[in-house]
Amino acid sequence: MKIVVCIKQVPDTKGGVSFKPDGTLDRAAMLAIMNPDDKAGLEAALRLKDQYGAHVTVVTMGLPKADAVLREAMAMGADDAYLVTDRVLGGADTWATSSTLVGAVSKLDYDLVITGRQAIDGDTAQVGPQLSEKLGIPVISYAQEIKIDGEYVEVRRQFEDRYHIVRAKMPCLLTALSELAEPRYMTPGGIVDALAKEVTVWNRKDLKDVEDSNIGLVGSPTKIAKASDKVKKGAGEKVVLDTPEESVEYIFGKLAEKHVI
Amino acid sequence: MDFQFDQQHEMARTLFKEFAEKEVKPLAIEVDEEERFPEETVEKMAKYGFMGIPFAKEYGGQGCDVLTYAMCVEELSKVCATTGVIVSAHTSLCLDPIATFGTEEQKQKYLVPLCKGEKLGAFGLTEPGAGTDAQGVQTKAVLDGDSYVLNGSKCFITNGKYADVYIIIAYTDIKEDAKGRKKKVFTAFIVEKGTPGFTFGTKEKKMGIRGSATYELVFQDCRIPKENMLGAEGEGFHIAMHTLDGGRIGIASQALGIAEGALDRAVAYVKDRKQFGKSLGDFQNTQFVLADLKARCDAAQLLVYRAAEAKSKKADYGMESAMAKLFAAETAMYVTTKVVQLFGGYGYIREYEVERMMRDAKITEIYEGTSEVQRMVIAKQLMK
Amino acid sequence: MSLEEYKGVYIYAQQVDNELSNIALELLGKAKDLAKDLNTEVGAFLLGSDVEPLAAKLAEYGADKVVLIDDPELKDYRTEPYTQALTAAIHEFKPDILLIGATAIGRDLGPRLAARVHTGLTADCTQLDIGNFPLVAVPGQEQLHNQLLMTRPAFGGNTIATIACPAFRPQMATVRPGVMQKIEPISGATPNIVRFNPAIEKNNCYTEILKIVKEKSQVADISEAKILVSGGRGVGSPENFKILYELADAIGGTVSCSRAVVDAGWKPKDMQVGQTGKTVRPHVYFAIGISGAIQHVAGMEESDIIIAINKDENAPIFDVADYGVVGDLNKVVPLLTKKILELNASKEAN
Repeated sequence: MKIVVCIKQVPDTKGGVSFKPDGTLDRAAMLAIMNPDDKAGLEAALRLKDQYGAHVTVVTMGLPKADAVLREAMAMGADDAYLVTDRVLGGADTWATSSTLVGAVSKLDYDLVITGRQAIDGDTAQVGPQLSEKLGIPVISYAQEIKIDGEYVEVRRQFEDRYHIVRAKMPCLLTALSELAEPRYMTPGGIVDALAKEVTVWNRKDLKDVEDSNIGLVGSPTKIAKASDKVKKGAGEKVVLDTPEESVEYIFGKLAEKHVI
Repeated sequence: MDFQFDQQHEMARTLFKEFAEKEVKPLAIEVDEEERFPEETVEKMAKYGFMGIPFAKEYGGQGCDVLTYAMCVEELSKVCATTGVIVSAHTSLCLDPIATFGTEEQKQKYLVPLCKGEKLGAFGLTEPGAGTDAQGVQTKAVLDGDSYVLNGSKCFITNGKYADVYIIIAYTDIKEDAKGRKKKVFTAFIVEKGTPGFTFGTKEKKMGIRGSATYELVFQDCRIPKENMLGAEGEGFHIAMHTLDGGRIGIASQALGIAEGALDRAVAYVKDRKQFGKSLGDFQNTQFVLADLKARCDAAQLLVYRAAEAKSKKADYGMESAMAKLFAAETAMYVTTKVVQLFGGYGYIREYEVERMMRDAKITEIYEGTSEVQRMVIAKQLMK
Repeated sequence: MSLEEYKGVYIYAQQVDNELSNIALELLGKAKDLAKDLNTEVGAFLLGSDVEPLAAKLAEYGADKVVLIDDPELKDYRTEPYTQALTAAIHEFKPDILLIGATAIGRDLGPRLAARVHTGLTADCTQLDIGNFPLVAVPGQEQLHNQLLMTRPAFGGNTIATIACPAFRPQMATVRPGVMQKIEPISGATPNIVRFNPAIEKNNCYTEILKIVKEKSQVADISEAKILVSGGRGVGSPENFKILYELADAIGGTVSCSRAVVDAGWKPKDMQVGQTGKTVRPHVYFAIGISGAIQHVAGMEESDIIIAINKDENAPIFDVADYGVVGDLNKVVPLLTKKILELNASKEAN
C-alpha cells in the first residue's frame, strides 16, 4: 500500500503567542512546528504501515525551511519526502494551495492520501476536501479507526452527535484530527537516517498539469481586504452588583455578546 | 571549533525535551514520593530507542554519538533525575563495557536486547569495604571446570533488581607487584538475573533520586559460565576504570540537567512571584543570583559536551570526563541550593520540586567517583 | 463567467434525520440582512429525502424561495451526492452568495463544492457585510461594489482578516453555529417551493455508510475542553461541586478545579488546573470560588475569556478575569444555570 501524507509547517500558536510592543503578533519569534492535525494524519499513516505494511510519503508546500518538518516526519518513520517550493506559489488561498498539491500528489503513486483536518494558522479545514475533489477521489473527513479491507478503506467518521462507519474504494483521501491519534516521537536513530535521506524539491515547473491561473496569489479566488492582529487583551472589568439576579444578567449578557450561548 | 549544534543534535534535543516534558515530568513527584521505579517510563524509552543511543545500529542501537546520549540524560534529568540515572547506569555502565570489551557472541546475546531496551543493565563494583579503593573488593570468582564460582556482595547498585544483566567486577587472583605488595587481580563478568546463587539484599532508602532502585547484590556459590567473562582474565580493573570514565559523562549530564532544570524553575518563578508590589525578578539581587547560576550552568554544559565529544573521538578521555563530572556535580549542588533559597518558603515545600532537585543533586558529588576522586584523577593527569 | 447573472443570497439548509439544524435558521437571519442590502431575495437549498415538510419552517425564518432537492440518495449526508446536487443547483439558480454552516457536514461539503464550481470559500466567518473591494479606492484598480466582505479570526484567534471573492461566484462562506441571529419567525408564511432534479450519478467518489451510531464524542480531558467550569476552595464542599456540574452540563463544558480542591481530597489530580496541574486554554474559563493564586493563574491565563465569580472583592483572580462578578457563588451559579437551561429549551422549541 502507498500512502501520501500532506503536512504543513506552521507557527506554534499554542505554545505561547508572542506579541510585539505594539500589540501585534511577533511571527518571527514563534516556533515553527508540524501542524498538529497533520502530525495526527502522519501517525495514522504510520500505524497503517505498522499494521499492514505501507510506503509512506510526506509532501509539503512551503518555504525552503519547511524541510525541517519533512525531516521530522521521516525521523518518525515516513519513507520519503517532497518539498514543493517556489516564489510563485506564495500567497495562495485554499483553492490555489489544493491546485498546487494536486500538481505534486498526482505525480506520486497512492492508495490513500491523508491530510490534517485543519492548520492552526489558517483554521480553514478546506485543503483536504479540495485536494480530494481535484484528484477526483472520495473524501472522508474527521477520520478515525481506519481499517483496510482489500481495495476498500473503512473509517469511523465523526459528526457532532453521531458517527458513521463509512466505506470507500481506494484511492481515497482522509482528513485526520489531532485529538484522535497521539503522534509517536521521533527516535534518535531515526533522526540520523532522516538527515541522511534526500528530500526531493519540486518547483513550479515540476508540477503536473497546473495552470498559472490556479496557483499562488494570482490563482486565489479569495482576496484579503483587510488583516489586523488582535491586540493582546488588556485588563478586564469587575462589577459589584446588588443582587444575584443582576450578576447573572451581567454574565449572561457577556456570554451572549461573545456568542458562547 | 564550532559552538553551533548541527541539525541532528538540534532535532535530538527537541525530541528529548518533548519526551521529558510529556512523559517524564508528570511522574517526577510521585516517583520521588513513593520511591517508585518508573517501569512504564523505561518501557516508553525503550520503544523510542533511548536505551541504546550511542551504539551501532547493527547491535540494535541508534547509531548516534556520545553527545546525543549526554543530551538525552541532560534533558531527562531536567525534569526527573531518577529517570536520568536509570538511562545513564544502563548505557554507560553496562552496555558500554560490553560494546567495548565484549566478544561478538556476547554482543549478539546481550548488547542487542539491551540496546533495544528489552533488557535493562546495571554494574557492580562497589562493596561495603570498597568504594574509592578498589583493592578492598572482597567478591571472589574461582574457576571450576567450565564456570567461575562467584561469592561476595555488591552494594549501592543502581537499577538493582530491575536490571536483567549485570557487569560484576570480582577478583580472580592475588599477585605480588614489582615492590612485592600483594595486589588483587580483577576480572569482569556478565551475570544474568535469575542465575542460581544470585539474590538481592536490602533496598536502600535514599536522600535523593528516590525512584532509582538501589540494591545490594548477593552472590553465594553463583556459577557463571566461562563464556560470560568480559575481556580477558585480569583485565577487570582496566575495564572498570574505562567504564567509570564513560559513566562520569552520564552522571555529569545528569548533574547538568538537574542544575538547568532548577534554573528553569527559578526563572519562571521570579517572573511570577510578587513581593512588595514588584515581581521577584525586578530585584537586582535576584538578577545577580540568576546571572551567576546561568553562567555556571553554561560552563558546566561546555565541559560536559567536550567530554562527550572526547569520548566519541579519543581513546583517552579520563581527564575531560573527570573535570566535567566534578564541575557539573558541584554546579548542580550550588544551583539547586540557591534556587531553593530564591523560592523562599515554597522552595522547602515538596510540591514545588526544587527541594527534590537539591536532594537529587547531592548524589552527583558522590557516586561514580566522588568529587575528591575526580580531583585526584585530574591532578594526576596534570602532573603526569 | 458573467458575474451579473448571479443573484440572490442562498443558504444551505442543513437537516439531519429530517430535522432542520439550528444553523440553517441562523444563516437565514443573516441572509435576510445581506439580501436587504443587495435588494435581492433569500433562497434556501433544501436537500434530503422526504424533506418537503421542512420548507414551511424555512419560510417562517425568512426564506423567500426554497429550492427542494428531494432524492433517496440524499437521505443521510454523504459528500459526493450532496456535492453533485448543490453543484447542479448552483449552475441552475446562480446564487450571488451561498452561506453554509461550519458544522461537521458544512466543513466537508463547503470546500468540496467550492472546488467543484471553482470559486472562493471563506471558513468560519464571524461577520458578514456588503461593501466595497478594495475597501478604499486604489488608483488604477477598479473598486467593486456590493461585494460580500467576510471577516474571520485566524492564528488561533490572534488575528482577524476580512476577505472578499471579487472575481468568482457564488461568494461562499461558512459560519459557525451560534454566531448569527435568527429572526422572529413569521408565522403562517407559505413557502415558495421550487423543485429541482440535479440528476445525481453514482461514480468512484461515492462512499457507503455501513452504520450510524448516535453518540456524542466524550472529551473528559480538561486540557482539550472548550469551556471549563473550574471550582476552588470557595465552593465549600465536594458535594457542592454539583452546582458546577450542572452549569457545565447546561453550557456544554467540563469541570476542573484548583490545587486547594485536590489537596482537600475533593477531586482527583487530573482535574487540577495550574502550575502543578494542567495548563489549559479553553475558549471560556469560569473561575468559581477560586482566589487566583499565582500558581493557578499560570495554568489558565491564556484562556480566551475568563469569568470570575468570587465573594472576596480583593481576590487576585479579578486581576486576570475579563469579567469579574463579586458575589455569592451559591446564588449566582444555580441562577446562571437556570437561565442557560431556559435559553436552551427555547432554542429547542424553535
